Amino acid sequence: MTSFVQNLIDGLGNGSTYALMAVGVSLIFGVMHLVNFAHGELLTVAAYMTYFLQSRGVSWWIIVPVAIATAMVTSMGVEAVAFRRIRGANPFTLLLTSFALEILSHACWKLFVGSERKQFDKPGWSFNTFELGPFLFEVWDVAAIVTTIVCLAATAWILRNTLFGLAIRASAEDFDAARLMGVKANRVISGAFALAGVLAGIFAALSLMRTGLAEPRMGANPLLKAVLAAIIGGLGSLQGAVVGGLALGVAEVFVRGYVGDWFGSQAAGLTDGLVFALIALLFVVRPQGLFNVATAERV
Amino acid sequence: MLAVEQLTTRYGSLTALHQATLRVDEGELITLVGPNGAGKTTLLTSIAGLLRPAEGRVVFEGRDVTGWDPARLVRAGLALVPERRRIFKDLTVAENLKLAGVTASAADRRDRLARLPEVFPILRDRWTTAAGFLSGGEAQQLAVARALMSDPRLLLLDEPCLGLAPTMVDVVFDLLADLRREGRTILVVEQQARRALSIADRAYVLRTGRIVAEGPAAELAQRSDLFEAYVGGGQS
Repeated sequence: MTSFVQNLIDGLGNGSTYALMAVGVSLIFGVMHLVNFAHGELLTVAAYMTYFLQSRGVSWWIIVPVAIATAMVTSMGVEAVAFRRIRGANPFTLLLTSFALEILSHACWKLFVGSERKQFDKPGWSFNTFELGPFLFEVWDVAAIVTTIVCLAATAWILRNTLFGLAIRASAEDFDAARLMGVKANRVISGAFALAGVLAGIFAALSLMRTGLAEPRMGANPLLKAVLAAIIGGLGSLQGAVVGGLALGVAEVFVRGYVGDWFGSQAAGLTDGLVFALIALLFVVRPQGLFNVATAERV
Repeated sequence: MLAVEQLTTRYGSLTALHQATLRVDEGELITLVGPNGAGKTTLLTSIAGLLRPAEGRVVFEGRDVTGWDPARLVRAGLALVPERRRIFKDLTVAENLKLAGVTASAADRRDRLARLPEVFPILRDRWTTAAGFLSGGEAQQLAVARALMSDPRLLLLDEPCLGLAPTMVDVVFDLLADLRREGRTILVVEQQARRALSIADRAYVLRTGRIVAEGPAAELAQRSDLFEAYVGGGQS
């Protein structure tokens, strides 16, 4: 029982960071029908920025907001430079463009910064633990969960209560009708990318405090998790993205635990395979994802 | 107020609208009638900026607004209630209206949000309901109310009675008459040609992308040849 709760908390900690990325992917899909495979590169940009500042002795109190701002500005920049020109193109073109950006980003970091890992010091508390009753909590897990809850609640509040949020939701449902109401297409899409960028930056800050390294291809894995989480939840559904992220995080921790028990620790690579098999099974049962977003399919 | 000059719109190689020319003067209620597929929706969406015309001009209040973005046209005072209403089903009635006030100042938006339920009492009862749950008639009222949030001087309506029960059709026609009395200029596309002609000042008849007749609504209503040939009988 104790280890079950322990695993659950561990999984929710990881899963909540997936949710941060997945909500961004889902937001952008909602307004543009783009599955943005370049979204993970925001982590890479934030990581190199963090490395650059941290190796010069800048405090984490400054690094975190700068990293978040870097991700946000990069996200908006990519939209303005790459996606704005092909807005309204068919989804396949959009998808290919985002793949191209991802590959371009990997190549640029390798070329101009180097393909080796850049390590930097993690904050002292990142692997600290504390006990509460029979449970052992990692400070980072708790910080990740709390931060994610705050961010997602803030995002939900924005989407529900501000004109910008209403514009995003309306545009996701019927973009042309939103333009007829006076919603400016550039502004709402740029805003969605900014919001997704901020969430990615917060994810980056959390995950970098834990890993303490930057490398060219580091965005690929979190991106994969985020896209999976978004698809599990139902692309375009923000609650779905959150639930999908949490489900994925928890499934990973438990599968890893069983794989360790059954096959020994050298079989850790099986974890992803088994998790993907579970996801495949889910899509056999519910191809539309957990939350059905009928409106996202309608154009 | 609105002058459409030689407007041609194509979908790929298909020309949906051939050199359409029409005029709407301040305070008029103009109706545009014609059979399905005649290009009525194409004409309205070309005026409102959702479609970019291949040739011709749209002049609104003296300014050439051809090819303007819809968001800019709304700010200039021209609003379209689109075909099939296209209300935001996932948003509540209140949210639909609030969003539609995006072009107004915060004070104007509050003011209009407070006044609209007096004009559309049905909406007040459904204020916090997701718009997807509204009946056809309620949804149509919301669609018109939504367009009014930008306080347009020229209101374009694309088949506002489509799919409505006969009693709701009466409500919509009464609403059009009220709006006109308020001093708004209206251009309405309508399948129910005879009924539309009975409240309009002037009318245009569109057929296979061309304007084939125009004139005072009362005169056109007398021309049974038009109705047999172009509007297919026309319900009364």
